[in-house]
Amino acid sequence: MSFFEFLLRNRQEVLELIGEHLFLVAISTGMAVLIGVPLGILLTRKPALSKPVLGFANIMQTVPSLALFGFLIPLNVYLFEFKILGGIGPHTAIVALVLYSLLPIIRNTFTGISGVDPAIREAGRGMGMTDRQLLFQVELPLALGVIIAGVRVATVICVGTATIAAAIDAGGLGRYIFRGLRSNDNVLILAGAVPAASIALIADLLLGYLERIIQFGGAVKAKSRRLLWSGAAVVLLFLAGSYFFMGETSGRVAVGSKDFTEQVILGEILAQAIEGRTGSQVVRRFDLGGNLAHDALIAGEIDVYIEYTGTGLLAILKSKPLKDPREVYRLVKDEYAKRFNLEWTEPLGFNNTFAILVRAEDAQKLGLKTVSDAAKVSQQWRAGFGQDFMSRADGYPGFARTYGFHFQEIREMDLSLTYRALAEKQLDLIAGNSTDGLISRYGLVQLDDDRKYFPPYDAVPVVRQAALEKHARLRGLLKELGGILTVDEMRKLNYAVDGEKRQAKDVAREFLIQKKFITGSVPTN
Amino acid sequence: MDAEKSIEFHGVSFRLADGKTLLSGLNLEISRGETLVLLGRSGSGKTTTMKLINRLLDPTDGEVRVESRSTFDWDPIQLRRRIGYVIQEIGLFPHLTVAENISVVPRLEGWDSERIRDRACELLSMLGLDPDRFSARYPRELSGGQRQRVGVARALAADPPVILLDEPFGALDPITRREIQFEFKDLQARLNKTMVFVTHDVREAFVLGTRIGLVKDGKMILLGPPALLLESNDPEARAFAQCFHEAGSPENAA
Repeated sequence: MSFFEFLLRNRQEVLELIGEHLFLVAISTGMAVLIGVPLGILLTRKPALSKPVLGFANIMQTVPSLALFGFLIPLNVYLFEFKILGGIGPHTAIVALVLYSLLPIIRNTFTGISGVDPAIREAGRGMGMTDRQLLFQVELPLALGVIIAGVRVATVICVGTATIAAAIDAGGLGRYIFRGLRSNDNVLILAGAVPAASIALIADLLLGYLERIIQFGGAVKAKSRRLLWSGAAVVLLFLAGSYFFMGETSGRVAVGSKDFTEQVILGEILAQAIEGRTGSQVVRRFDLGGNLAHDALIAGEIDVYIEYTGTGLLAILKSKPLKDPREVYRLVKDEYAKRFNLEWTEPLGFNNTFAILVRAEDAQKLGLKTVSDAAKVSQQWRAGFGQDFMSRADGYPGFARTYGFHFQEIREMDLSLTYRALAEKQLDLIAGNSTDGLISRYGLVQLDDDRKYFPPYDAVPVVRQAALEKHARLRGLLKELGGILTVDEMRKLNYAVDGEKRQAKDVAREFLIQKKFITGSVPTN
Repeated sequence: MDAEKSIEFHGVSFRLADGKTLLSGLNLEISRGETLVLLGRSGSGKTTTMKLINRLLDPTDGEVRVESRSTFDWDPIQLRRRIGYVIQEIGLFPHLTVAENISVVPRLEGWDSERIRDRACELLSMLGLDPDRFSARYPRELSGGQRQRVGVARALAADPPVILLDEPFGALDPITRREIQFEFKDLQARLNKTMVFVTHDVREAFVLGTRIGLVKDGKMILLGPPALLLESNDPEARAFAQCFHEAGSPENAA
């Protein structure tokens, strides 16, 4: 599908995402103006503050977005009954964007006002203007061009960085970009990046035009200037107000997911099962980047998501690696309950780990069942591995040692390309991802890790104990989901989305109907 | 209390925070309707003296009285609105039109808009600028001389009893400068305001001053009618007198 074809076919969704994006940018730069301009003015009155304040704004710009999100999500600040800080969703994205766009606004307000000719300022004071009158009638109008230039820079920064909002379920064009990156789909990436770049260009042109008008104070008469100010004030207040009313989720079950295909499908399965079987309403907070799903769960922003035992053990608990799946499951279950009040329910039934793969015909011809079988016959083989497998602690070196592999040739290449290279006999053995849809697509065979070299990554729902108490039927449902998916089934679902480009929610729904988990008459939306 | 006294300095000194003295022990009385020219080299303390009058600076010793009241007792904002202030041409607000510039103080004082408009027209006419042509222009669209006239008009707008002028004609070319000096002298005679005029141009001082105060190193070394400057034996006075004679020859005397 070409880029334009995609835009045309999905124009509804594209427009929605552009709308979300514009909203994020408008409210963030709006709030940055409301904070940055007064702060810049304050600095001109108390110059001693300028070093620490500008220094802080400077540092904020260098903090990586995921780190900033990780810091903001656990905050839970309420103003009356309105949440104003923390959690996943637009609030946190907006706070981050405001922090990113403050610097140019504060700096330009400060330098714009400081740059007003001292003789003009003295003329004003000598004529009997109070400090306020001097500020509003002389300094601000004269600095306006410079301030707008700062807003312009901030807006362009904001349009660009707003794409990361998708990492915490705050919407915007970043959704396409992230989705495209993880399914290696250039059309999707472009569908997110091109509109975002266009917005940045248009905003830059418009504000540049405004800047030119205002620099020559001449073109704006006093009356229309006042109109401009009050118009801007109304828009800003409206935007600031809407900030307080976003993202109310009380009473519903919030289902999260990480930001790759399998997780989105599992999130949909979980969400639709809850909707179909317990009658509770569900809020979907998918596509959470990095380990933000865990942060969101701790913060109570989501109630449940699917985690992998190995990830819980190594990335969250920072424990040392263990090989036995049951031992790992028991350990994370105990530790999560103790430390976080979170419960690991029944494993779904598949293990998403490295899979040692060979062609089906080789497996049959040579009678290969286990990795050890392959090690005995592999002296003439060519192997291909992704960069990840070559460099990880639980990757190639230990693997080769454990099984005694000596390949004729090893090629390090992009993981997604190794499947095809194996199928086309350019390689004889690869280490793929056990749930990758391409495995069933190319009819590859996974050999059993008989020496238990790879740590287990069993997929298991992790749920807040508070949510289990609140939603009575949730526990029973999650128990029923135990063992629902084999690794082969997961591969097929992944392939339906990545390979056949079908919607995750349709794939999940068909699966649940086929498993008789929900009835076929459940309406699609 | 002497109703004739407009501005008085009683033992006034001004020191900077770092201890440097800009003005010391100044005693001075300026009568109503008089034009006192403060003459001196750059950095001699003339501008400091002037800024003590409208409280852009406060004396570190002694006191300044305006209309028989110490400036410490005046609300600085009220005081400044009763004192017109003209500085070099850059003092006009570049983002406001000529009419808006002239209207600043009346607007701060809350005049109604019709009265403000009439007053701006009246002043422009008085200073020889056609209101229809100039009201809506911006300072950058004016010549140096026109800008300076607008500056004077702005200082006169709310009809203050006192006007301070800090080298108002300093940036003009010599011919325009001479023209505007004589126009201003004319205006002075009609308005009967108390004026304090700072300059380092000795000829300007002779054209405009009722009295001249010669300032050197923060002290007023000579005060009197222009003729006194020419007769004095003080070396600084003789230096300025010499400038006057050289510049004044061959044909001119005020």
